[in-house]
Amino acid sequence: MGSTILVQAEVSPAGIFAASTARLLAMAESVGEPVLLVVARPGTCAAVAQSAGSVGARRVLVVEYEGSTGQLTVPTVDALAIACAHVAPDAVLIANSLDGREAAGRLAARIGAAVAVDAVGVERDEEGIVARHSVYGGAYSVASAATFGPLVVTVRHGALDAQVESVKQPDVELLTAAPSGTRAARVTRVELDDTTSARPDLRGAARVVSGGRGLGSAASFALVEELADELDAAVGASRAAVDAGFAAPSQQVGQTGASVSPQLYLALGISGAVQHRAGMQTAGTIVAVNKDPDAPIFEIADFGVVGDLFAVVPQLIAELRARRN
Amino acid sequence: MKIVVMVKEVPDTYGTRTLDLGTGLSERLRSEPVLDEIGERAIEAALAYRERGHNAEIIVVSMGPRTTTATLQKALAMGADSAVHIVDDALIGADLLLTAEVLASAVRKIGDVDLVLAGDQSSDGSAGIVPAMMSELLGWPNATGLSSLSLTDSALTGMRVSDSANVSIEADLPAVASITETFPEARFPTFAGIIAAKRKSVAKWSLAEMGWVPATEVARSIMVDVSARPARIAGTTIHDSGDAGTQLARFLIEKGLV
Ligand SMILES: Cc1cc2nc3c(=O)[nH]c(=O)nc-3n(C[C@H](O)[C@H](O)[C@H](O)COP(=O)(O)OP(=O)(O)OC[C@H]3O[C@@H](n4cnc5c(N)ncnc54)[C@H](O)[C@@H]3O)c2cc1C
Ligand SMILES: Cc1cc2nc3c(=O)[nH]c(=O)nc-3n(C[C@H](O)[C@H](O)[C@H](O)COP(=O)(O)OP(=O)(O)OC[C@H]3O[C@@H](n4cnc5c(N)ncnc54)[C@H](O)[C@@H]3O)c2cc1C
Repeated sequence: MGSTILVQAEVSPAGIFAASTARLLAMAESVGEPVLLVVARPGTCAAVAQSAGSVGARRVLVVEYEGSTGQLTVPTVDALAIACAHVAPDAVLIANSLDGREAAGRLAARIGAAVAVDAVGVERDEEGIVARHSVYGGAYSVASAATFGPLVVTVRHGALDAQVESVKQPDVELLTAAPSGTRAARVTRVELDDTTSARPDLRGAARVVSGGRGLGSAASFALVEELADELDAAVGASRAAVDAGFAAPSQQVGQTGASVSPQLYLALGISGAVQHRAGMQTAGTIVAVNKDPDAPIFEIADFGVVGDLFAVVPQLIAELRARRN
Repeated sequence: MKIVVMVKEVPDTYGTRTLDLGTGLSERLRSEPVLDEIGERAIEAALAYRERGHNAEIIVVSMGPRTTTATLQKALAMGADSAVHIVDDALIGADLLLTAEVLASAVRKIGDVDLVLAGDQSSDGSAGIVPAMMSELLGWPNATGLSSLSLTDSALTGMRVSDSANVSIEADLPAVASITETFPEARFPTFAGIIAAKRKSVAKWSLAEMGWVPATEVARSIMVDVSARPARIAGTTIHDSGDAGTQLARFLIEKGLV
């Protein structure tokens, strides 16, 4: 007893498991026995079980929740609390999305558990579960643990690539949850953000092309997108580019935006302020194009080009296209 | 309307952020302590609400080291009515849940609060979790991660930007709201504001004064290991003389990156 790891399934508004679910299951399996928790609408249990098997869940807990779409955070937390009481896990793994980390926070506050935020890995030592964090833009590696009880861990997007094999007949258990009655905010309208769906997700992408204030206008920012599409890369931006309306807030890379760790990061017209570097300096290879030879981005670039991006980037795109044809 | 704005003192983000390798704690003294920018935006949002002709008492609350008393002067100079500084040696290295417990208990002690307004994520710990924890501890709705907010006497509505959707939400007061960076930048204190701030007070509360005792059945997060990674070093830099795009393509191809 005691090696259970509860994994919260991230289900898209369309009812499909997010890619993070398979990754979290793989991470859980490295330190214990994963149990997948799914919050579903009544009567959908069979369908859920099928797709849970396909992401590799052997054991599934389904909590049916009538009103789960109408209330913010609280229904998920009610389900998590019931599941924790049911399986007494050593750790609870939740994706570090906005919804995920807030559910983690409320759960921890409700059951008096310690939280490990934005973990990039989990390990097990004699005393229990230890979470690994990469902090301040990867400048430090920190390990944290709970003094006792389960450790509630939110896991960084794209922290792990591994997957577990799919399972034909997962063992599914239905739990009934009486709502806690905790006051919650009400969701009145959901507008899916599909603007970037054709491109890889920024967090977890193998290649990222980001543009900064140096792009000059929203119209010219299309050059960043053109290069990204050529490389099958995600599109990122500096905060200055987001503030200027060249890119969406969800595309911001940095201390207060996304933390990314791609194999390749291209920074175009970005000066490399410390807050921007905090979100990308663990990338495998960093390339920078900037007309200012003293731009701090060059201090961390593996390949730097001092020059006008409006000359360099079109030439690069042409070169890549020529090679492809 | 009684609004409590939660603001954290953080090391200036333009400096290099460092961790003490012995204690694992953020080294605040290396750079100048400042009010967290996102917290300043939350103060700005509260002030703007009042300036639209609503009645509002704005109280700024911060838990932090001794230097925070001075840092909070700026919040008063911007226009907040009063400030509470929670300071106690027992809080050095506080984890998220302890922080949220103490802040929630301060909100209870202030009393009759309609709205707790926080930043979505601080710039040093950047967990993005304290407001949600506070809402659970207070038993209030979390109206968090908002890119817009409007208030009536009894409710709020706003737009929450999650990873995959824009979600319109509403909540009855009292509630905990948190705002994102899309909110307007904070104003600079005026000279008149700075003078007026001298007559306002920063109340200093210790845990004993708050009558708060940590519960022993609550687990804490502890750091078991901290290590520094070697800093990144610069590679090749070329100056464009007409063929830099071609050279860059060659670099990417040779490295197997495309
Ligand atoms: C609390 C806080 C949090 C922050 N969080 C973030 C964050 O998460 N992410 C982030 O990015 N920033 C963040 N910032 C902002 C950060 O300090 C910088 O202001 C921002 O990163 C600058 O963006 P930039 O490099 O695009 O713009 P600039 O610094 O203005 O740089 C533009 C660059 O483009 C170059 N350029 C111009 N024209 C051309 C051309 N034709 N060809 C080539 N190069 C050209 C210029 O030489 C210049 O170096 C934060 C700041 C604070 C205070
Ligand atoms: C690099 C690093 C990693 C950490 N990782 C963990 C971890 O994994 N688990 C853990 O339990 N603790 C962790 N901590 C400790 C945690 O950061 C502190 O408890 C901190 O005081 C609160 O967290 P935050 O700054 O991340 O808050 P966030 O949740 O990011 O703060 C959001 C908002 O809450 C309000 N707020 C937060 N703190 C205060 C305050 N002191 N006074 C007033 N308002 C406030 C502000 O409005 C702020 O904008 C970490 C600290 C550091 C420096």
